[in-house]
Amino acid sequence: MKIHEYQAKEVFAAAGIHVPLGEMVTTPNRAEELAREYNAPVMVKAQVHVGGRGKAGGVKYAETPEAARVLATQILGMDIKGLEVKRILVTVAEDIITESYLGIILDRATKRPVIMVSPAGGVDIEEVAAKTPEKIFKLAVDPQVGLRNYQARNLAYKLYRDPLQVRKATDIILKLYNAFWKVDASLVEINPLITNTSGDVVAIDGKINIDDNALYRQPAIEEMRDIDSEEPSEVEAREGDLSFVKLDGNIGCIVNGAGLAMATMDLVKHYGGEPANFLDIGGSSNPQKVVTAMKIILSDPKVESILINIFGGITRCDDVANGIVEAFKQLDLKVPVVVRLTGTNEEKARQILKKVKLPYGDTLDDVVKKAIELAETTS
Amino acid sequence: MSAFINKRTKLVVQGITGRDGSFHAEQMKAYGTNVVAGVTPGKGGSKVAGIPVFNSVEDAVAKTKANTSVIYVPPAFAVDAIYEAVDAGIKLVVCITEGLPANDMMKVYPYVKDRGARLIGPNCPGLISPGESKVGIMPASIVKKGNIGVVSRSGTLTYEAIWALTEAGMGQTTCIGIGGDQVIGTNFIDCLEAFENDRSTKGIVMIGEIGGSDEEEAAKYIKKYVTKPVVGFIAGQAAPPGKRMGHAGAIISGGSGLAVDKITALNKVGIPVALSPIQIPALMKELLAGGKPLKAKAKTKKPAAKKAVAGKSAGSKSTKSTAVKSGLKKAAKATGKNKSVKR
Repeated sequence: MKIHEYQAKEVFAAAGIHVPLGEMVTTPNRAEELAREYNAPVMVKAQVHVGGRGKAGGVKYAETPEAARVLATQILGMDIKGLEVKRILVTVAEDIITESYLGIILDRATKRPVIMVSPAGGVDIEEVAAKTPEKIFKLAVDPQVGLRNYQARNLAYKLYRDPLQVRKATDIILKLYNAFWKVDASLVEINPLITNTSGDVVAIDGKINIDDNALYRQPAIEEMRDIDSEEPSEVEAREGDLSFVKLDGNIGCIVNGAGLAMATMDLVKHYGGEPANFLDIGGSSNPQKVVTAMKIILSDPKVESILINIFGGITRCDDVANGIVEAFKQLDLKVPVVVRLTGTNEEKARQILKKVKLPYGDTLDDVVKKAIELAETTS
Repeated sequence: MSAFINKRTKLVVQGITGRDGSFHAEQMKAYGTNVVAGVTPGKGGSKVAGIPVFNSVEDAVAKTKANTSVIYVPPAFAVDAIYEAVDAGIKLVVCITEGLPANDMMKVYPYVKDRGARLIGPNCPGLISPGESKVGIMPASIVKKGNIGVVSRSGTLTYEAIWALTEAGMGQTTCIGIGGDQVIGTNFIDCLEAFENDRSTKGIVMIGEIGGSDEEEAAKYIKKYVTKPVVGFIAGQAAPPGKRMGHAGAIISGGSGLAVDKITALNKVGIPVALSPIQIPALMKELLAGGKPLKAKAKTKKPAAKKAVAGKSAGSKSTKSTAVKSGLKKAAKATGKNKSVKR
C-alpha cells in the first residue's frame, strides 16, 4: 500500500526526523490561511500516488498567501497521469543548498533491508542510478543485528563533510531505519534530503510503501488509505477478497492463482487479444466470489468477452461452476463467456454448466483463442 | 530418488485441526506420505484422520521422530510456527500459509539457515515426489513418477505445467513450488542444485514470473553448474509496471523484473522459454534427445526431434513462437559447449 507524501512526513516526524512545517488541505481558502499562518513562502504540492508530480506542474512555489490560493486553485482538480488531485500539501519552502538521496528498501536478492544514499539527490535520482551508479552507496543491513551507529555514520560521510551535518544525517539514517521496521515498510525514501542556509539537514519530500501482508498489525497506517486515489473496481475487488488489476484491453479474465492469471493474460496478448484485467479469485473460492468477479469485469464497458480459466487444486471446479450459474441468474450478461475448468471435480462442474450452455475450452490455448474470436464477433 | 522429500520423510502437520490442515493432512496421508504427527496447541491427545495430535512440535518430534513439517496455521501465527519447527530440530519446514509480513521473513531466513534447516515458502503449494511423498497442497492426480524436476514460483501455473508433462508421458522426480513472496526460504538456485545432484532427474523445468532477478541469477547459475537440460517459462509479459500481480513478489519496479529481461537472460545461456505451458514437454523432449553429450548420434537425432517440436506447436497453432525458436537454436549451441566442458 502506498501512502501520500504528507502522511510519510507524519511518519518521519513521529520518528524524530526534521521535516518542514506543513499541512494537508483540500481547499484554496485553507491553503491561503496556512500560508498566512506560517508567515513565509510555501510550496503547494499535489498529493497523488504517481511519480513526476513536479514535472506535471503539480508542485509550485508561492511567495505570498495570495499566490498560495491561486496555485491551490490551479492544482486542486488537476489531472496528473489520470489521477485527479483532491488533496494538496502546503508546506514552508526551504532555501536549498544541497540535495541528497536517502532510501531503504527490502532487497529480495540479499533478503535484507538495503540502505542507499547518494549526494546526487533530487528529481533525477533514477537517471543517476542508471548513468552514474558509482554515485549511489549501498549497505545491506543484517536484520538480526540491526543498523549499527558506525554504519549509519559511514553512510553520512558519503553525503557531507561538515561534522555537524554528518552527525545530523547519521541520526536521520538511524531513525529512518527504525521507522522502516516500525511501520512494516517495503520502501522508505527521503528525496531530497537537503541542507539549508542555516546548515540544517531536512527531509523535504518522502515516500513510503507498506507491505500489504503486515497491514493487519498497522491499524494507524491502514487508516491512511486514500480510497479516492484508487481505481474503484480495484477497491471493490479488495473488499470481495479478490486480487484484481485493471488493464486496458477487451478480454475479461477470471483465473485462479496469480501465476496462471498472468500466463493467461500473456496468451491473450500472444494470440492477438488484449487482456482487460488481471483477476485471481484465489484458492478455496466460494461461488459468491465468482459472481463478484463477473460483476467487476462487466462494469468495464470495454470488455467484449469473458474468459474463465480454472485449474482446480484447492479450488473446486464445481464451486466455480455454481458461481457461474449464479452470475447468469443475477446479472444481465450481454458479453459472451467462455470457460475452461480442469482439475478437482471437473466432471461435476461440466454437469452444472449444462444449465447455461457455455462454450468450453479443453486447454488453456483453446479457451484463450475462443475468447478472442468471440470478442471479435461482438465488436 | 528425488529432491528434498522421499520415502524417509516423516511429516508433522502444524495446524492440523484447522480447516485446511485437516483436509490436507488426510490427502497427504492418502497419497502415502508418512504423516506421523499433527500439532495444535490445546488439542494434544486427540487424533485427526488417525494421526496423533500434540500440543507442541517439540513433543511431536520427541514422540514420533518427525523430520519435516508443513505449516497451515493462519498468517498471524505462521512466523511463530516456523521458529517453533526449527527450534524443535526439524530440518525441512514447508510453509503453505500466505500473507506473512516480509520484514518478519527477513529475520526468519537467517535464523533457519544458521540452524542448518531449510524453509520452503511461505505462500507456496509445497512439493511432491511422485510415488514417494507429498508435502503441501498439490493435486496428486496430475503428477506421475518420472525423471523431470519441476520448480516454480507459482501454484496453479505449476499444475498446468505438470499436467502438460504428464499428458505428454513425461513423469516427474519432484515438483517444488517455492512461493511468490519477496523473501522466500528456498530459491531457484537451491532447487537447481538439488536436481543437478539427484541422479534420477534428467531434465529440469523452471517456471518464473515478473519481479526481482531470481530468474537472471538462476540463468547464471545454470551456465556455471547445471549440466542437465532446462526448459523455462516466464509469466507476466502482459503485466504493466508498478502494479502488484497478486503475488507480493510479482511487481515490476524501477525498470527491473521485466519478463522480457528474464527470457533474454535464459535464452542467452541456452534455455528455451515456452510461450504456453503446453509447449514445455516438446521443448524438453527436444533437449533430452539432443542434449546428451556422450552420445555420438546426438547430432543426427536433432532434426527428427525438431520435427516433433514443429508438429506439437502446429497442433497448438502457435507459429509466433520466435522466442522459443531462437531459444532452441541457442540451446543447440549451448549443448555443444557442454560437450567440450565435460571432457
